[in-house]
Amino acid sequence: MNQVLHLDEGCSHTRPPGVDEPILSVEGLVVEFDTSRGVVRAVDGVSWSVRAGETLALVGESGCGKSVSALAVMRLLAKPAGRIAGGRIMFQGQDLLSLTEGQMRERRGRDIAMIFQEPMTSLNPVLSIGLQLAEPLKIHMGMSDAQARERSIELLGLVGIADAERRLAQYPHHFSGGMRQRVMIAIGLACNPRLIIADEPTTALDVTIQAQILELMKDLSRRLGITLVLITHNLGIVARYADRVAVMYAGRIAEEGPAARVFAAPRHPYTVGLLRSVPRLDRARGGMLETIDGAPPNMLHPPTGCRFAPRCRWRQDICATDPALRQVVPDQSSACHFAEDMPPPPQPLSGHALAPPNAGAMLLEVKGLTKHFPVRMRGFFGGTATVRAAQDVSFRIGRGETLGLVGESGCGKTTVGRVVLQLEKATGGQILFDGEDLATVSSRRMKELRTRIQVIFQDPYSSLNPRMTVGGTIREPLRKRLGFSAIKAQARVEELLDQVGLLREMADRYPHQMSGGQRQRVGIARALAMEPDFIVCDEPVSALDVSIQGQIVNLLAELQGRLGIAYLFIAHDLAVVRHLSHRIVVMYLGRVMESADRDALYAEPLHPYTRALLDAAPIPDPEVERGRAARALTGELPSPLSPPQGCVFHTRCPLADAQCRSVIPPLREIRPGHMAACIKI
Amino acid sequence: MSATALPAFRAPNPILAFIRAQPLGAAGLVVILVMGTAAVFAEVIAPFNPEAIDFMSMLAAPSADHFFGTDAFGRDILTRIIYGARTALTIGFLSSFIGCTAGGLLGVASAYFGGRADLLIMRLVDIVLSFPIIVLALVVVAVLGKTAVLGIDLNLVFAIAIPIIPRACRVVRSAALSVRQMPYIDAARAGGYSSTHIILRHMAPNVLAPYLILLTAYVAQAILLEASLSFLGLGVQEPKPAWGLMLAGDSANFYQEAPWMILFPGLAISLAVFAFNLFGDSLRDWLDPKFRT
Repeated sequence: MNQVLHLDEGCSHTRPPGVDEPILSVEGLVVEFDTSRGVVRAVDGVSWSVRAGETLALVGESGCGKSVSALAVMRLLAKPAGRIAGGRIMFQGQDLLSLTEGQMRERRGRDIAMIFQEPMTSLNPVLSIGLQLAEPLKIHMGMSDAQARERSIELLGLVGIADAERRLAQYPHHFSGGMRQRVMIAIGLACNPRLIIADEPTTALDVTIQAQILELMKDLSRRLGITLVLITHNLGIVARYADRVAVMYAGRIAEEGPAARVFAAPRHPYTVGLLRSVPRLDRARGGMLETIDGAPPNMLHPPTGCRFAPRCRWRQDICATDPALRQVVPDQSSACHFAEDMPPPPQPLSGHALAPPNAGAMLLEVKGLTKHFPVRMRGFFGGTATVRAAQDVSFRIGRGETLGLVGESGCGKTTVGRVVLQLEKATGGQILFDGEDLATVSSRRMKELRTRIQVIFQDPYSSLNPRMTVGGTIREPLRKRLGFSAIKAQARVEELLDQVGLLREMADRYPHQMSGGQRQRVGIARALAMEPDFIVCDEPVSALDVSIQGQIVNLLAELQGRLGIAYLFIAHDLAVVRHLSHRIVVMYLGRVMESADRDALYAEPLHPYTRALLDAAPIPDPEVERGRAARALTGELPSPLSPPQGCVFHTRCPLADAQCRSVIPPLREIRPGHMAACIKI
Repeated sequence: MSATALPAFRAPNPILAFIRAQPLGAAGLVVILVMGTAAVFAEVIAPFNPEAIDFMSMLAAPSADHFFGTDAFGRDILTRIIYGARTALTIGFLSSFIGCTAGGLLGVASAYFGGRADLLIMRLVDIVLSFPIIVLALVVVAVLGKTAVLGIDLNLVFAIAIPIIPRACRVVRSAALSVRQMPYIDAARAGGYSSTHIILRHMAPNVLAPYLILLTAYVAQAILLEASLSFLGLGVQEPKPAWGLMLAGDSANFYQEAPWMILFPGLAISLAVFAFNLFGDSLRDWLDPKFRT
């Protein structure tokens, strides 16, 4: 605590106003952007406030205006396209919009700090960390070089960066993503601000690192009495860390209230829909996810009346008139005409159960798959190093079955997928597809087999050729590989569009004329066109918004049930994997840590890494979250260029001892069908 | 954004939008169009026969009869400039098109195959690039001689196109390298299509923007090169009208008495090159999404 006291000497603030007084309140904010297609009202009459010491979460899907309203608080909107067209932003009793640019500059960084999403680009790569930390101290606090240095060391210690003195001289590229985000937080804290606005601070980070960063922010805000505005799309994060939550939709607030209350008794159909469409880590797969139909409106032409009405299942005639945001129960407001009669909290999953796998018939068997990438080191005589992207990976997938492949970035899961697809050649091991080893078949035979093995990629924006129409993209495999006539192909394209839930007219569109979810459906239709037995799904939903994610997950499950396709489902989101998979393989630094049937893995994870992953992922339910201990995995992901000796996980493992540093643990069957690579269990 | 709302968006007229965003480029385009019209309708527009020798009016100064004066054979300079535009634009476009297309395809293939093939192609490109553009063209002309088809000296076209190939190859390859990394290329490979199909159908259309920019930029280069070669006596031969040729020969002897002999062809060359460069630069900015809002 003495650190904190010391920090407080650094700058003297006026005492914060009474606890019930909001420290920041945004009132009727309107933000407009000029675009080549007209004026977009990105934020349309939004009001929210946050009391001193509280954590407010602004939640919503991309394009709902949550980031824009936060940028407006900082008056950092992109000029000249963006402008604040109305409203007030009261901070400590003063309207920020009435300040001159110079006065505003004094507030930024000193009273209000902002942390951005991309830790990789929000630090200046050519300035040392020390310099970037000292900058606000010297400018806002008028500190000398020596004082600033002393304070910087203190700040780095505060955000958990060891060996601070040495690290001050280092540059951003010496730091990992998580470490950079810690540095950003340290810079944010530099002047002991009253308020920190964090815009998706952990979206670019892995789940175990995300837990570390959020725990740190929560802890610091408690210890230093800093008010936090957290912008996120992740409902789990809201449940774990927020006191209050404001749900935004299409530039407006849909619902606002205490987090516990909003999750337990949502008062807006959009909130209800969101909560129901998120796959949950703590619930077994029971069937289809409930989803919100359609996609968010185009903000150039927002619907009149209630903006959610076109997607709302409880829509009535009165919804053509604009519902005002009003208090429904004390302290909780909603912008819905029927807020009083909202249905009870989200039910467990309903709907028909999904088809069980076609047990027995083996389709793909991967044995001892190993993939090494040579990497040239710097300099002429640098030589080459080897990245061991995948080491001795084995698994089996039966017909009509889904295998979930889970792990953090750099664990080799995508590499395994690419080797199975034969987009990369394996360094060693066998990939037996229906009895044939893909690693050794002739290229002619491989070409034949390619119609049976297809792929769906993560990014719906880059996985479609922008110069080809949707119809052209789906027609290509039919015409070029299956030998369809033009007329037959046309009929099949329409059939496939129906199958993935797109309109037939969309065949003439180009990818840029479609939304992310629609493009992902096109990608699925392209894969289905080959009539494959097996599809590698490489993070197929992680680039999509929550309400769209559910639709795609359901579509994949439905197609599997109908067509009996097997999936290799690669993902980092354990909840989505749980929802879709029959068996799950957990990877870490190129090696398999654990492999088990889905329910066994989630009910009784054996490997300490699997347990850490499950602990780190927040569950979108404050009740459940309160009962869970904060057990963030410590340490950083080691570089795959020089993975640790022995067990690759020993550097971060709570159970590790000397033996773990020398022995590579084999994957062994601990319970029937449940394998783990750990010598401690 | 909702797809249902998308059809409501009507694209603005691209030509008007281009003029508003790139006025200099539009000016260049106007000059190019004027020259193009002159080249196509030379017989209608030009007041005289370009090859008609008139000993009565040798080295006549610009006048109402001869706007740009006459040369040492009494040929009308304006007429020869108009017909020269035909030579310059045909050879300029043809060589730029051949050079950029060949180089572009080579670059895309090089980026697609990567590894040793890429290394080999790029080192060959480096070797060709190490020769100055004019020296290389001189060598090609000297080796190939003349082959005229439809009045166009094809070997001259190749001589100008060959130095363009490695330059276009490099630029297109760098653009193709990033296309190569796109998941839709992986999707096409996973579809089992042939390399030719993937290169032509999936990669080439996505490097169209840099290709078009190169095409216009190298028309200017090619016009300049054609003029240089003609000036050196290796390009278009007398009595065919060509801008570079008009600067050579007698012009060198009479330019003090008759400066219009070199002034107007020189201006024509400069204006054409300037116009194509302006247009090419604007096209680059226009097609670059970073410059568009």
